[in-house]
Amino acid sequence: MSWNDVLTMLPELYLTGAICVLLLFDAFAGTRYRSAMHWLSMLALLVTALLVVSAQRAIPATAFSGMYVDDTLAQILKLFSILSVALVFVFSEPYLRMRKMAVGEFHTLTLFALLGIMLLVSAGNLVMIYLGLELLTLSSYALVALDRDSPRATEAAMKYFVLGALASGLLLYGMSMLYGATGTLSLPGIAATLPVTPHQSLAVFGLVFVIAGIAFKFGAAPFHMWLPDVYEGSPSAVTLFVASAPKLAAVGMALRLLDVGLHPLLPYWQDMLAVLAVASLVIGSLVAIVQSNLKRMLAYSTIGHMGFLFLGLSAGTSFGNAAAVFYAIAYVLMSTAAFGVILALARAGFEADRIDDLRGLNQRSPWFAGLMALAMFSLGGVPPLFGFWAKLLVLQSAIGAHMLWLAIVGAFAAIISLFYYLRVVKVMYFDKPAEDSALLVSSDASLRWVLSLNALALLALGVFQGPLLDWCLRGFGG
Amino acid sequence: MLSTSLLLAIVLAPLLGAVLAGLLGRQIGRAGAHGVTILGVGIACVLSFYVFYQLVWGGAPDYDQNIYTWFQVAGIGAHVGFLIDRLSAMMMVVVSFVSLMVHIYTIGYMADDDGYQRFFSYIALFTFFMLMLVMSNNFLQLFFGWEGVGLVSYLLIGFWFKKPSASFAGMKAFIVNRVGDLGFVLGIAAALHFLGSLDYGTAFAHAPSLVGRSIQIIPGHPWSAATVICILLFIGAMGKSAQVPLHVWLPDSMEGPTPISALIHAATMVTAGVFMVARMSPLFELSTTALSVVLVIGATGAFFLGLIGITQWDIKRVVAYSTLSQLGYMMAALGASAYAAGMFHLMTHAFFKALLFLGAGSVIMAMHHEQDMRYMGGLRRYMPVTYLTMWVGSLALCGIPPFAGFYSKDAIIEAVGASHVWGASYAYWCVLLGVFVTATYTFRMMYLTFHGKERFHVDAHAGHGHDDAHGEAHGERGVLAHAPHESPWVVTLPLVLLAIPSLLIGIFTVWPLLYGNFFGSAIVVAPAHDVLAEMAAHFHGVLALTLHAVFTAPFWIAVAGIVVTSYVYLLNPAMADAVKRVLGPVYRVVDNKFYFDEVYNALFARGSVALGQALWKGADVGAIDGVMVNGSASLVDRVARRARTLQSGFLYHYAFAMIVGLILLLAGFLLVPHA
Amino acid sequence: MITLAHYIVLGAVLFCIAVAGIFINRKNVIVLLMAIELMLLAVNINFIAFSRFFGDVAGQVFVFFILTVAAAESAIGLAILTLLFRNRRTINVAEFDDLRG
Repeated sequence: MSWNDVLTMLPELYLTGAICVLLLFDAFAGTRYRSAMHWLSMLALLVTALLVVSAQRAIPATAFSGMYVDDTLAQILKLFSILSVALVFVFSEPYLRMRKMAVGEFHTLTLFALLGIMLLVSAGNLVMIYLGLELLTLSSYALVALDRDSPRATEAAMKYFVLGALASGLLLYGMSMLYGATGTLSLPGIAATLPVTPHQSLAVFGLVFVIAGIAFKFGAAPFHMWLPDVYEGSPSAVTLFVASAPKLAAVGMALRLLDVGLHPLLPYWQDMLAVLAVASLVIGSLVAIVQSNLKRMLAYSTIGHMGFLFLGLSAGTSFGNAAAVFYAIAYVLMSTAAFGVILALARAGFEADRIDDLRGLNQRSPWFAGLMALAMFSLGGVPPLFGFWAKLLVLQSAIGAHMLWLAIVGAFAAIISLFYYLRVVKVMYFDKPAEDSALLVSSDASLRWVLSLNALALLALGVFQGPLLDWCLRGFGG
Repeated sequence: MLSTSLLLAIVLAPLLGAVLAGLLGRQIGRAGAHGVTILGVGIACVLSFYVFYQLVWGGAPDYDQNIYTWFQVAGIGAHVGFLIDRLSAMMMVVVSFVSLMVHIYTIGYMADDDGYQRFFSYIALFTFFMLMLVMSNNFLQLFFGWEGVGLVSYLLIGFWFKKPSASFAGMKAFIVNRVGDLGFVLGIAAALHFLGSLDYGTAFAHAPSLVGRSIQIIPGHPWSAATVICILLFIGAMGKSAQVPLHVWLPDSMEGPTPISALIHAATMVTAGVFMVARMSPLFELSTTALSVVLVIGATGAFFLGLIGITQWDIKRVVAYSTLSQLGYMMAALGASAYAAGMFHLMTHAFFKALLFLGAGSVIMAMHHEQDMRYMGGLRRYMPVTYLTMWVGSLALCGIPPFAGFYSKDAIIEAVGASHVWGASYAYWCVLLGVFVTATYTFRMMYLTFHGKERFHVDAHAGHGHDDAHGEAHGERGVLAHAPHESPWVVTLPLVLLAIPSLLIGIFTVWPLLYGNFFGSAIVVAPAHDVLAEMAAHFHGVLALTLHAVFTAPFWIAVAGIVVTSYVYLLNPAMADAVKRVLGPVYRVVDNKFYFDEVYNALFARGSVALGQALWKGADVGAIDGVMVNGSASLVDRVARRARTLQSGFLYHYAFAMIVGLILLLAGFLLVPHA
Repeated sequence: MITLAHYIVLGAVLFCIAVAGIFINRKNVIVLLMAIELMLLAVNINFIAFSRFFGDVAGQVFVFFILTVAAAESAIGLAILTLLFRNRRTINVAEFDDLRG
């Protein structure tokens, strides 16, 4: 270990320290300093982000003999993860305050999850992948159960926990097979050994398990079943988190494992991802149509979006990888906006999580109805919004990889999915509001402003998507 | 020389008008709103004529420049730029002129509407998007304009959004167009992939390299790249230009205000698909298969959708189906590689169809927003200007010499007849019989509306129709509060101004447009497909062509249609019902619009909901419980029964699904030999 | 003579028992926790066998990490279990089906 290693890992080290301080602060300061907790967490996020950016000049760099990798891909994913966690904090603050939920735990657990994400996307070794992933998922299990008195939240946490443990068992089993086939745990080492190893079929056997673990993390069919239950059962603030940064982590994990470590097996995992993509597109697009719970509908739509993301990944080209990263960023910003509106409408005793709860929102609050419509259109891929470009890029990369049939399936799924996004818009604009429910938008100023900025960013990034796409391409030497 | 600032002024003037009328509508008032938008569109119109003049007579060279670079990524540049050649100049003139007429007309038509300023803002915005579309020099800007006109069109169809049918029609147009748009996006992506550029100039220059390249949609079955690109692009055109089977949104879009029907759903937006295919002629010429598809789909629409027009009672729907049929003619011309003929018909059609729509709107106003022709009749006494101008439009539509429609439609029929691509003989019969159909529905509409007995009566005590004009309860049908009267001058002036080109423009432009190589390098035709060159050999001047018409089949078919219709509707009204009875089943099929809507509902809307419902229960519960556990095959059954006694509960199902997925992946990639 | 293959087969058998335990068991959430633990142990046997076979210590280091994480995982699992029992007065897996569809 050298001083250089420490410097390279500084953002993660800082965040670890900051979380420990916050834990102590929360333990000793008591509930009177809730808002201080909030602002200190935001400060920690800001400093971490600055540390990530300041390392830019030295990349790509490795630390601790290749265990930790810092490159453009890691930086993009880290910065957007930090951004989305910041959005989560801002949007959920009034919600948690109203419900008197454990704010300290929420912040520290979320920050631990973020730490896991940052380690995961910087992993250069199977051990780091596993540790980062577990740090993320263990924190997520606890977050889902945050509302201790809700039977539904506990049930969701139990399902998430058992299935998640099963998935990480599968992933580990696959890793042990990869280790057996190549004799190394380092990802570049695996990539170098695979073409010459006599045990390639063992590696392919392990690959299937690894893919299963990755698919679970994304929520791709048929490994998706935890996702609707967790989205619906968790408190909306936690759903917002589960629907945002972990998807970036999943992309990072998939790219590290498949693109860096298992690239020699491209013909195998390409087809596996394609199959999973089709299953996810079909299930996500169709089942969402019949949902009446907005969170659950968004969960199924997530499954469909992950199918799109797999289109980009399965291309196996640097353009496809960049498109997948771009898609993940787009998805995260769109879902924070959509869940943000749900959180802004939620009050004590009213979750605003059924589609019918949005009836006539346009008459109550045209601005927030407009923001929600923007998020829905972007999720549906209507040009020129952010979501449209994301879809266009993954479809293009699928065509570029000579998988036109996959692109056509994707195109059909996009048409069908538009139907249920439009339903939300229709409910907001054409239905009459229910007499008793006065849809009130939260009066929290920072939530209102940041949510507006978040939704308008979908438009702005749609119009000026060039630099972001450029950045994503640079992550893959493009 | 064409200057950049001149071209910018053409697109920005309507946009500025739209922004002013939209944002400051309340401050500048009604007169201010129509003032700024008409001024903006007027500027665009005058400058478009100037550009056209400069290109055709002034000797100015084509303009092709990028003005602003949006982004440049991985060798793909997205620019804002203009390509002004004779093709786009002609479209600019048509779009801005018709738009100006509609703006003027709207002053009268929307006079009583609350959304007056909003409406003017929308139609000026539409003009901006449409001009961006036709003036574009790259695929991306084309797509921008394409989506922009679509967006404004949904806004305008649903303009009276308090009327449920209108907002439903807006949704329907939106969804159907998405199907086309996805084909279009895939087509652009494929073109970008194979041609390496979004700019027309570079892309078309690389077009010959497409020959011999192939693309694998289903692994192991290579298809010609040119065919795939062209068919995908054409799917986009099918959505926008309402070709079979994506035409279902256009008749419903008639729920929107009539000026919109004239501007968007007859003269400009729906012809964007035709324009796009003509613009892409360097690509389409590489694929005979794609040309065949265009030809067959176009011709099918020309005949069969025209038939539906004969059974409609709503005056606007008759004109709408007529538009579908005429769009079919244009597409058929493109499929026969007679791009010039298609564009020629696009131009003449824009004038006479806008005229017919505006005329229909004038009638609807006189009838206090009654659109059913069963409650009209004998209106020629009350509104002479509308009556005469609509006759001009009708004769042009039927293709009676020397009206404009004659020259363009005749050229299309001849070109399709001369074409050799697959399906040409079927297409020829469709377009030829389409002439009969056209004459029938046009004359039927004119007779029912303007001739015969009055099927309404005036009752001064009846509720005044205007107040609840927009789809709310009418009083008793066919009762008017006061006699119908001619519309104000802002309505009749555009009718007269549109009637002039409907009458004359064919005579003056047929020679240069069809045979004079008017479009120059803007349109590329492979020598093997060049039917217009074949036809030029027989061309002996406009007068000879006009006189010769009386010896050709299309003319007599049209006359036959007119005679039959005149007999049925004018001389012997009882005949109509008799004919209907004799043709019972056929009539029902046509009257139900060939059941397209029913099939779509059953297949897509209901089908996907049902499938979703099945999967909803299925994916998480049913597929495992119902199919796997309760599966009836005996072995499965025995195993399943034992399994059922051992396990239950949903967590199990979830885990089981994961394991099944894992095993399927394992089986697929370990047991089956893999490439 | 016990070869590498024996260890791998043992690992596979333990793994299958664990997976079966997760989806065959319908009584009790605690059994699920045990099955998860067993699955991780199966993986550990694989890693140690390969590590010994290659003479590479990295695999054994990985096992230490897996053991540590498994402890943390059990802690969280038991915490969720306590919550479940407090909220529902049961830990029967078959009764947790409020969230579905």
